[in-house]
Amino acid sequence: MAILVVAEHDNKHLKPSVANTVAAATKLGGEISVLVAGSECGEAAAAAAKITGVAKVLVADAPHYAVPLAENMAALVVSIADRFTHILAPATGFGKNFMPRAAALLDVAQVSDISGIVSADTFVRPIYAGNVLATVQSKDRIKIITVRITAFDAAAGAAAAAAPLEKVAPVADSGLAQFKGHELTKLSRPELTAARVIVSGGRGMGSAENFKLLEALADKLGAAVGASRAAVDSGYVPNDYQVGQTGKIVAPELYIAVGISGAIQHLAGMKDSKVIVAINKDAEAPIFQVANYWLVEDLFKAVPELTAQL
Amino acid sequence: MKVLVAIKRVVDPNVKVRVKADGSGVETANIKMAMNPFCEIAVEQAVRMKEAGTVTEIVVVSIGAPQCQETLRTALAMGADRAILVETGVEVQPLAVAKVLQAIVAKEAPGLVILGKQAVDDDCNQAGQMLAALLGWPQAAFVSKITLSGEHADVTREIDGGLEQLTVKLPAVMTADLRLNEPRYVTLPNIMKAKKKPLENVKPEALGVDIAPRLATLKVEEPPKRGAGVKLADVAELVNKLKNEAKVI
Repeated sequence: MAILVVAEHDNKHLKPSVANTVAAATKLGGEISVLVAGSECGEAAAAAAKITGVAKVLVADAPHYAVPLAENMAALVVSIADRFTHILAPATGFGKNFMPRAAALLDVAQVSDISGIVSADTFVRPIYAGNVLATVQSKDRIKIITVRITAFDAAAGAAAAAAPLEKVAPVADSGLAQFKGHELTKLSRPELTAARVIVSGGRGMGSAENFKLLEALADKLGAAVGASRAAVDSGYVPNDYQVGQTGKIVAPELYIAVGISGAIQHLAGMKDSKVIVAINKDAEAPIFQVANYWLVEDLFKAVPELTAQL
Repeated sequence: MKVLVAIKRVVDPNVKVRVKADGSGVETANIKMAMNPFCEIAVEQAVRMKEAGTVTEIVVVSIGAPQCQETLRTALAMGADRAILVETGVEVQPLAVAKVLQAIVAKEAPGLVILGKQAVDDDCNQAGQMLAALLGWPQAAFVSKITLSGEHADVTREIDGGLEQLTVKLPAVMTADLRLNEPRYVTLPNIMKAKKKPLENVKPEALGVDIAPRLATLKVEEPPKRGAGVKLADVAELVNKLKNEAKVI
């Protein structure tokens, strides 16, 4: 078996999702290559070569890979696909965008968002917002897979020796789409999907101003700040704070849900957290069904108290 | 410009699904069904474009059981002009959906295809991107804003950590994210009007498309339940538990 992992990076640094995706590839067993497609992406490629379990890093360096446009990424993956039995990418905004495009060009199915590996052709994946787990088998010649990164712990430590780099010929720019710009949310705290602790607020926060209470708590804990869809839709915080089925899927060591009732779609995004704490004044809130510890208390009293006692 | 919108009939997202006793699938008999929420957003977008005068005709397509007609009628009541049901009893997986839509696009020649980004039943998030690939068209997945300008469209996409702006050539395939718009409620007069709008029924074989599933579902099950938690008296007890029992702070 030969496995390709498509790396998510910003040309300098790898995203944490790469290590989780390599961890999933390791479970499959087989020789693992990592594809780093970028523009002047030498640093990212060198970082990929040091991940434990990686046998080779394929580097496609060209100006039109500066941003991973789906049309160009899919064409590049297809150009080298015949060398592999499995092609994996993280089920993040990055992988979800181009992987189905590559699968269709290869005329194979994609297995989306896998959370478990049964064998080389059989995988577990959550459906119905994580309320059901399906075990599916693919008979296609190449398995195209996106990986739920929270389900696979990143391999610890760096490799003893860096894996060799191999140049891959770029495929010409499709010219179908043009990148115009980014608006990235500035983060002074850890990224949601990489944080060890997350403090999340819901509609109960009442206003954008009140999220400062959570930020103070998060700063004490070195935590990321998240939110439920209700809080995002109310305009309290930007949409990339959203934890849930349609937002980010997270599984930190500690998840503190404040003023969040616990709609199914929110639970789907956080119920795999190791320890869940819920603070809500409504004793009937569904969030308590998944919480390890809960307080039925007014958050405007409990959160400052908690911040003070840490 | 003509717009094609593909929609899926799914279990109503507010219904708690149950796994069948034999683990072969999810119970869908006698369960409330609805249009997939992301597909509703896609239909709404097309209707708003028509109201703004940039779109002249909206064709909605659904693939599946005869009951998908109800879902198509809902889209017609929202403002679509006509509907096509590709009727089949077979489980239609995303690659097959893309192939059926490719055949429909060949007949209808739309300038834009809009789909929901993901169906809330199988959570695959594939069909739109696959359709774009088969057509050789650009794709704009997870869009939260679309501005059509002649031969191009300027779009804003939701990406991890923020937003991305792209310009794509038309024709293109786009998939709707949550914040593209808020779908309207259908009114009774519009439901009555929708009954008179044309709805064509075709079979996948007539389109010359092989829709056989590529993935076999071996079993479905409920995920492991979390153990019952503890209600605590106050913040001091919570801090104590987190430090000494859970040892996470």
